Amino acid sequence: MDSYLALIEQSFNTSYSIWAREALDELPECFTITDPCISGHPIIFASSAFLKMSGYSKDEVIGRNGRIFQGPETNRRSVMEIREAIREERALQISLLNYRKDGTPFWMLFHISPVFAKEDGRVIHFVAVQVPILSRQRLNGLSLSEEGSGFKEIVFGSCRREVCSMDMCRVSALDSDSRGLNTEEPCEASEAEKRRAASAINNILSVLTQYSESTGKLVCGKRCSSPGATLISSSLNISLGRIKQSFVLTDPHLPDMPIVYASDAFLKLTGYARDEVLGRNCRFLSGVETDSSVLEKIRESIQAEQACTVRILNYRKNKSTFWNLLHISPVRNATGKIAYYVGVQIEEGFQSQESHGLNPEMRQLSCVGAVRVAVRSTSIGAGSSKS
Amino acid sequence: MSESLMLRIKRVPTVVSNFQKEEAEEGARRSGGCGRNCLQKCCIQGAKLPLFAFKKLNKIVSEKEVLGNENNEPPVAFLDSLLLGEWEDRMQRGLFRYDVTACETKVIPGEYGFIAQLNEGRHLKKRPTEFRVDEVLQPFDVNKFNFTKVGQEEVLFQFESSEDGDVQFFPSAPIDVDNSPSVVAINVSPIEYGHVLLIPRILECLPQRIDRESFLLALYMAIEAGNPWFRLGYNSLGAFATINHLHFQAYYLAVQFPIEKAPTKKITTLDSGVKIYELVNYPVRGLLFEGGNTVQDLSNTVSDACISLQDNNIPYNVLISDCGKRIFLLPQCYAEKQALGEVSPELLDTQVNPAVWEISGHMVLKRKKDYEEASEENAWRLLAEVSLSEARFEEVKALIFEAISCRDKGSENDAQDLLEDANANNSLEEVDAINKGSHCAMVSGNQECLVRQ
Repeated sequence: MDSYLALIEQSFNTSYSIWAREALDELPECFTITDPCISGHPIIFASSAFLKMSGYSKDEVIGRNGRIFQGPETNRRSVMEIREAIREERALQISLLNYRKDGTPFWMLFHISPVFAKEDGRVIHFVAVQVPILSRQRLNGLSLSEEGSGFKEIVFGSCRREVCSMDMCRVSALDSDSRGLNTEEPCEASEAEKRRAASAINNILSVLTQYSESTGKLVCGKRCSSPGATLISSSLNISLGRIKQSFVLTDPHLPDMPIVYASDAFLKLTGYARDEVLGRNCRFLSGVETDSSVLEKIRESIQAEQACTVRILNYRKNKSTFWNLLHISPVRNATGKIAYYVGVQIEEGFQSQESHGLNPEMRQLSCVGAVRVAVRSTSIGAGSSKS
Repeated sequence: MSESLMLRIKRVPTVVSNFQKEEAEEGARRSGGCGRNCLQKCCIQGAKLPLFAFKKLNKIVSEKEVLGNENNEPPVAFLDSLLLGEWEDRMQRGLFRYDVTACETKVIPGEYGFIAQLNEGRHLKKRPTEFRVDEVLQPFDVNKFNFTKVGQEEVLFQFESSEDGDVQFFPSAPIDVDNSPSVVAINVSPIEYGHVLLIPRILECLPQRIDRESFLLALYMAIEAGNPWFRLGYNSLGAFATINHLHFQAYYLAVQFPIEKAPTKKITTLDSGVKIYELVNYPVRGLLFEGGNTVQDLSNTVSDACISLQDNNIPYNVLISDCGKRIFLLPQCYAEKQALGEVSPELLDTQVNPAVWEISGHMVLKRKKDYEEASEENAWRLLAEVSLSEARFEEVKALIFEAISCRDKGSENDAQDLLEDANANNSLEEVDAINKGSHCAMVSGNQECLVRQ
């Protein structure tokens, strides 16, 4: 848990420095910043205005995914649209019903926008602004005062205990009938609210850009260059982040077939940090006592574009060894051609808590399957960036 | 349509099992121990398969409660893992007729993003067989291919509800012949990775028709998988189901289906909390069901709608999407048109049989030419042929609402009122706009939010 929060803090501080938080909190708007490269696509920053509006404390929000603010009446299609925009790394403005901590729903104009690293054009964060929509009050022809007073009567007429234990069905029956519930009617934001959201995004981006200069990791609101060859898109990152097994993705089209993705479980297993493995060939996991004939077998399989399973002696960062039941398989993308190789590691003898009753071999295969779905789908989009 | 003339079309059936033979061959093969390790009496004694027992949720779980550890992205759910793992295992064992991931696929540029796949291996170069398309309900025929004839290696696991309310997994459980299990099997001609068949109560040999219990099973599967990209589909007879043995299909595709993006117009909310919408500005007319106070409420409403269509001989398709939260119901009449010779040869040449996946916007094309020339316009044109006309759709809607409202608990309104009230809620302007025809422009006003990027 600690290390996860540390990752989150680091995500913010590395890009913008700790001083940026103060500057961001001076902005009056409600907004969050999320990191698609961390498993779970969590919130790494929430403005004080946002916390106030939603009723949550900072600790309840940092590290969590934005879906916690959704609820039963939230429009599913809108949720899908947001998911798609994130996947396609583009901005989106959409009305959405969210829920506060106390469970009360409210309409807001949701505006999400990617933050690009200036150097290589990849998406490092998303900024999401929430502008409450106040313009429309819907009661389906029933006058506010009429219903309001009726409701108030019941409340004042009963003693406190009765009110608290009142059957919710009765209470809602006082409201307009089920077809007229406020929350069901969609809410169009006014032009002013839309402008407000857009300018909030700009303000936030300019603070982020400014502070990124101090860390040397420049960012900008638009993609300035095409994504670097060694990297995978944030959408593939997000998809792969759901997979809990230890695995890496390597790119056979790049010189020396480097690792382009490593799961958290892989890092935990081998003891390395992410930036110590990305861009390197897997051979650093082998050592003096690793059987070279096994390495040869792996080479041959890759050459033949075949899957293989081997038992290989691997070395952690701290030089300790473990037997790795390694399964390697080519993974194709939407073009039908091989885009990556996936290597799934099982530490022999290790009892995983999350075994779920699936044996290690089955878990290994399911990891391969999940990677196949992710890679194939990420590259399918007409306008999506490199998978 | 009650015609004394029987309507038939000819098509090459998709091979879903390695044990599926042509009808001529079926006849020739006589009974006796088959030695194929199938699921019939000859081989099933002592057979064991993994068994996944799902949790029977009552309430729709709120987003906050969705299981996740501190990382809060729910990890790949257990059912998901099991299905993907078993499927990958069969893939590596060479049980599929081709590698579907080697099939080129793309999103067609356009507003809706139809998905096209070039798959030359899916369809056989065989003689087309005749299918009767004017009877949505047909009795089970033991002489024809059915899923008890598949090899056991094609079955991934049994899928049942858990006795004690918690998810349970048994890696090797005997098949209870007296209490037929429901199973998940592979489709050896997959459309996408993970393409499986859910066969409720397989040994009971139910014909292809929806009933409440089976539909609920399918819905539970969608919920249990917990993956918005894992969708279930159903084709009735006459709507391009080829095998008259009750089954649903499912597969993974991590992009939005065009139908999921279509704007909708709310018709009503039932007392059970189920919300019913109509698709707007989509080539195929259909309904969308969401919500419900319990999972059963949603399931029963949709089942009842399907049953009313079956009973009225109207072919239809169903798509379960968004982890079981959104269910699309699409009556269709393409097969009927085809049988009556009303479909243009151009469309027939593509050999696209518009079943649930095609209607949802995922087109599998067998000719390179069609794949390269695929456009949103072409896709739209094909699907528009599938749709019921506006007038017919209104009739069918009325039928559905009749069936649903009879069962809607405590509802004072009858079907007509439900529809009338819904219309009254909208402005006249909108009602006119909707009535103007299938290609209506975005309707403004107080209805489902149509904000697009």
